[in-house]
Amino acid sequence: MARRIEIFEAIPDAREKVRLNKLRQGFDGYSIKNIQIVDVYTVDKNLTQNQFQKAGEALANPLSQYAVLSHKKFNKAKILGKFDWVIEVGFLPGVTDNIARTAKEIIEDLLKISFSSGENIYTSQSTYILGKLTPLQIEKIASSLYNPLIQRVHLKSYRQYTNDGGMDTVVPVVRLENSGTKVEEVSLEISDDKLAEIGKKGIANPDGTRRGPLALDLYFMKTIQKYFRKTGRKPTDVELESLGQTWSEHCKHTIFADPLDDLKEGLFKSYIKRATEEIRRKKGKKDFCVSVFSDNSGAIAFDHDFLITHKVETHNSPSALDPFGGAITGIVGVNRDTLGFGLGAKPVANFYGYCFADPRIDITLFKGPKKKQRILSSRRILDGVVEGVNAGGNQSGIPTPQGFVFFDEKYRGKPLVFVGTVGLIPKKIKNKMAWKKHAKPGDYIVMAGGRVGKDGIHGATFSSESLNEGSPATAVQIGDPITQKKLSDVMVREAREMLLYDSITDNGAGGLSSSVAEMAKEAGGCMVELEKVPLKYPGLAPWEIWLSESQERMTLAVPKNKWKKLSSLMERRGVEATVIGEFTNSGKCTVYYRGRTVMDLDMTFLHYGLPKRIQKSSQKIVHNKEPKIPIKRGLTNTLLEMVGRLNIASYEFISEQYDYVVLGGSVLGPLQGKGRVNAEASVTRPLLSSKKGLVLSQGLYPRYSDIDTYHMAASSLDCAVRNCVTAGADPNNIALLDNFCWCSSNEPERLWELKRAVQACYDLAKAYGTPFISGKDSMFNDFHGFDSKGNQVNISIPPTLLISSLGIINDVTFAVSLDAKATGDLVYVLGETSDELGASEYFIMMNERAKKNDIGNNVPRVDARRNMRLYKSYFECVRRGLVASAQSLGIGGLAVALAKTAIGGMLGVDVNLMHSLFKSSRNDFILYSESQGRILVTVSPKNQKIFERLMQGCSFAQIGKIVSGGTFRIKGLNGINVVDTSVGKLLKAYRKTFKDY
Amino acid sequence: MKPKVLVFSGYGIHSEEETKYCFELFGAKADIVHINDLIDGYCALGKYQILALPGGFSYGDDTGAGNAYAHKLKNHLWDGIQKFINGDKLVIGICNGFQILVNLGMVPALEKRYGQVQAALLPNRTARLICRWVDMKVSAKSPWLAGMDTFSAPIAHGEGKFYATPENLEKIRQRKLIALVYTKGKMSTYLDYAANPNGSTKDIAGIIDESGRILGMMPHPERGIYAFQRPDWGVIKEKCKRLGKKFPLYSDSAQIFRNAVNYFLH
Repeated sequence: MARRIEIFEAIPDAREKVRLNKLRQGFDGYSIKNIQIVDVYTVDKNLTQNQFQKAGEALANPLSQYAVLSHKKFNKAKILGKFDWVIEVGFLPGVTDNIARTAKEIIEDLLKISFSSGENIYTSQSTYILGKLTPLQIEKIASSLYNPLIQRVHLKSYRQYTNDGGMDTVVPVVRLENSGTKVEEVSLEISDDKLAEIGKKGIANPDGTRRGPLALDLYFMKTIQKYFRKTGRKPTDVELESLGQTWSEHCKHTIFADPLDDLKEGLFKSYIKRATEEIRRKKGKKDFCVSVFSDNSGAIAFDHDFLITHKVETHNSPSALDPFGGAITGIVGVNRDTLGFGLGAKPVANFYGYCFADPRIDITLFKGPKKKQRILSSRRILDGVVEGVNAGGNQSGIPTPQGFVFFDEKYRGKPLVFVGTVGLIPKKIKNKMAWKKHAKPGDYIVMAGGRVGKDGIHGATFSSESLNEGSPATAVQIGDPITQKKLSDVMVREAREMLLYDSITDNGAGGLSSSVAEMAKEAGGCMVELEKVPLKYPGLAPWEIWLSESQERMTLAVPKNKWKKLSSLMERRGVEATVIGEFTNSGKCTVYYRGRTVMDLDMTFLHYGLPKRIQKSSQKIVHNKEPKIPIKRGLTNTLLEMVGRLNIASYEFISEQYDYVVLGGSVLGPLQGKGRVNAEASVTRPLLSSKKGLVLSQGLYPRYSDIDTYHMAASSLDCAVRNCVTAGADPNNIALLDNFCWCSSNEPERLWELKRAVQACYDLAKAYGTPFISGKDSMFNDFHGFDSKGNQVNISIPPTLLISSLGIINDVTFAVSLDAKATGDLVYVLGETSDELGASEYFIMMNERAKKNDIGNNVPRVDARRNMRLYKSYFECVRRGLVASAQSLGIGGLAVALAKTAIGGMLGVDVNLMHSLFKSSRNDFILYSESQGRILVTVSPKNQKIFERLMQGCSFAQIGKIVSGGTFRIKGLNGINVVDTSVGKLLKAYRKTFKDY
Repeated sequence: MKPKVLVFSGYGIHSEEETKYCFELFGAKADIVHINDLIDGYCALGKYQILALPGGFSYGDDTGAGNAYAHKLKNHLWDGIQKFINGDKLVIGICNGFQILVNLGMVPALEKRYGQVQAALLPNRTARLICRWVDMKVSAKSPWLAGMDTFSAPIAHGEGKFYATPENLEKIRQRKLIALVYTKGKMSTYLDYAANPNGSTKDIAGIIDESGRILGMMPHPERGIYAFQRPDWGVIKEKCKRLGKKFPLYSDSAQIFRNAVNYFLH
């Protein structure tokens, strides 16, 4: 009854050529002569022959493709020509299949029919391979084309294919074997060991297996036990799961909230929040913060009428398992943090930040013993993550002007995937403050957008644990950008303007259990009827409906008298919206399923019952060996190698596949200058009618954590601020976001490192007057597994802090790009250079050469007061239009900044290092020191006097000139050229590393 | 009277706001209309002079870019569209809008066979989205392109490789329906890019129908109308400053929107 529509290519397809090249690259020595790709739609619905024919025609391009219907008993092998193997990859049951959803809509609209709940369309893709390959080889190729967590694969040889008359018809329909809709009561009157087991491994299923972690330790479980003793009943599974979710590290951030040593109020309140409060107080009337820490994003004033919101998330664990799905879910998820701000902000810019291990090296690692559950190679993770954000960002129509990649071996067990979204929202809509929201008792609880399936159950509790054999596969979701785009359009453009709802929040981690319970705080309680929630397929248990992390959903509080209007609007926009309950002022979170009470918890216990724990840190003393680096006279080759290093080289292949011009606000994009250099900061206009722009940047120095996390954090913060200022942002008007990605955070030494880092955040933010407006943390980025010999392997990421900066520029035509503009321009270094090369890119490179790990101890130290003076003077120069180009000095120091400035303008550089500002006796140290607070600037000679006058009182030096002819020369301390090369050579080295990505 | 522009939206169209902005900047009145509001009769095509199908990712490019949206238009609004193009009116499809026009058979529409698919926009040579600036040479007569020779704009698409059968391609060429051809102009020279960004046949960036009033193009004039959006603007601005000249406000792609408005004003 289900039948296949196969779409064959009539003319050569670019996808085939690209895949062929990739397979040849990946499987050196295999005989792969040619491939063909066939897209397959398996239609599980009875259609007449005529309908089937029409459906096929609608799915194929009439010029370049043709549809082959499976009912025809003709020899498909013949039209394909020669091939030896077929690999068909389709989805596993229940996995989001976006193309199938579109195909279904096309067919329904075309044939004026509708698919009933059991009927559906499923896509798969066949790769026909011509080449003499052994079964083992073809299996290896197949495994590179699919991910067993979300996909299924089917292989056939030519003979088998012709014998069977083609590939098989597979219908991956979801069949839930469990009794499904039952609610369990769980007895907590058991031994502590058993109690702890429930917390660690989850509620037991009837067959003895466990549902997956609640991530509640014994201390928390005992608190819950006490609560239910008082109420005199057993908790239901819905209640326990809900508590596990609400109290998870992911949602409650206990490590930042609980007391630590002498900090009674915990790290967040003592440092991050306090910094913001003190800065706002000091700024007084000049305070630009509007909404901090309380909503889904943070917000600052943009101009008189608009606010700018920003939020940065991580999606690390899911991206490690399914890089594409994890990354796309991450980006569309953080978009919802924008939609869920106030009454809904419009996303206007995305950014990304990826931390991976070297993609050129493949080290086999397993999650389980005995070579079970192999983790994906770093290359595959990179490819998948890049593609996931491509699909999510591009299809959502949000520009990506900005992003970074960072590589270190410590990310081999677990990559980091940062995604951020900036939004725009009017201050007021019809005299209502649009950034405030308040669900009222009596408002309907409305779920809008996608439907609910088993996707991502236990996502919140999962990310609160480290990655090991037991990590649940259902933690994987795949985002559906188009469903979300429809929702986003109708919310931001129509429903919000008509004030059809009182409050809105997104469904992310924890799904409804989190969104509804959070909004219920505003009203004072809630009542939910779970059977009203629209499902993707039947058979979900109540606790699963409540916790599911199915994507693309927002929860709204809708006044009863506005429901009709909202409901009809949503219907007209093709968006499903359903009333699933009501907000109350009962003080309780009450949930029913088919008339039975399945949850009845006091709001105070649910939200504030989590007991505080006192955390203790213990000092970690680090002393690294200083590397012994021979002094060399010529440093040309060192520089050419340096600009091609993973952390410095061009990653244009990413920048160019993310649309950075959509919405029409692009001013300075991800690639700047003639030589297309990846920039550290971008400038975007969120309002088309205004010359005002946003400046976005980031700072991240995880390697410094090996020396001191205080200076790591200080450098990250300075870098984020400096990059923003360099591009032209007003240093008095910069807001920050913090994203802590830590490892084994329950260990006292890690907590000590954390405390040092957070303290630096406070010190530096205060000194700069740059408030934090939002933040997020992910505290257990550890991998526990095995190598190919079966030895146990533990890999923890380096303590990583991403600081994101958000600045404002009043007139975007004053923005400063990094490329040198004209020959004869003077080259200045602003800020002092010291022997600060501890854990620098240069030391790491030299260590790699010497096969050592002596990273040194002189990590850069930030002098905030001195830097701020410099940034303000520099900004005055920018404001007067005196700066032709500017490049912040970051990884790779002065030498790399000079190279980027030269490549940017495709102009030569002639500089010398003989200047008292360089406080070092070695050329290589001056060139590669990573001292913070420095900017490389070029200035027209005509502006020399006024520029130097305005910079008075700051450390700065004119070190040379921009020259014609493309020569790139640096004279060393002894007056002899230490670098003598050309811009052309630098460009080649800069682009070589990721050339074929 | 200001000419009225209908800018389509819905199902993953993205560029409706900047498209509306550009038309209004040069004197039109533009409405963003959800496709369902046209289908449900809340709004009628008849009261507009210009139809714009903006860029975006309608239906996520699933089943081929522009295919699903074109089907929806054909299933519900085809009569109205035919009536519209019979009048002295203008239609533009930009990027995803061009892909929709092609799948709808509105360009090239040889022998006035509107509704017959005669061209295709296939996956780029690299089989993934590419975002960069390109230069185009105007090589056909159209009210949209009056007085324009070469100009630059950004592209951002995954499926922009123009394709037609050799016979149709020859007809398109002979009848001068190739409106825009990728060329090595200012931007691709400055950035050292190949002129043709996606492997498009005959470097085709845009085509028109035989009336010249329907234009489909892959590049996005609406996303780069200001001079400070061009990749080389920093260099140009420095030059202007040093020569004591004024830095221009608009970039050359803005002319397309001026032309459309002028067509109805004069």
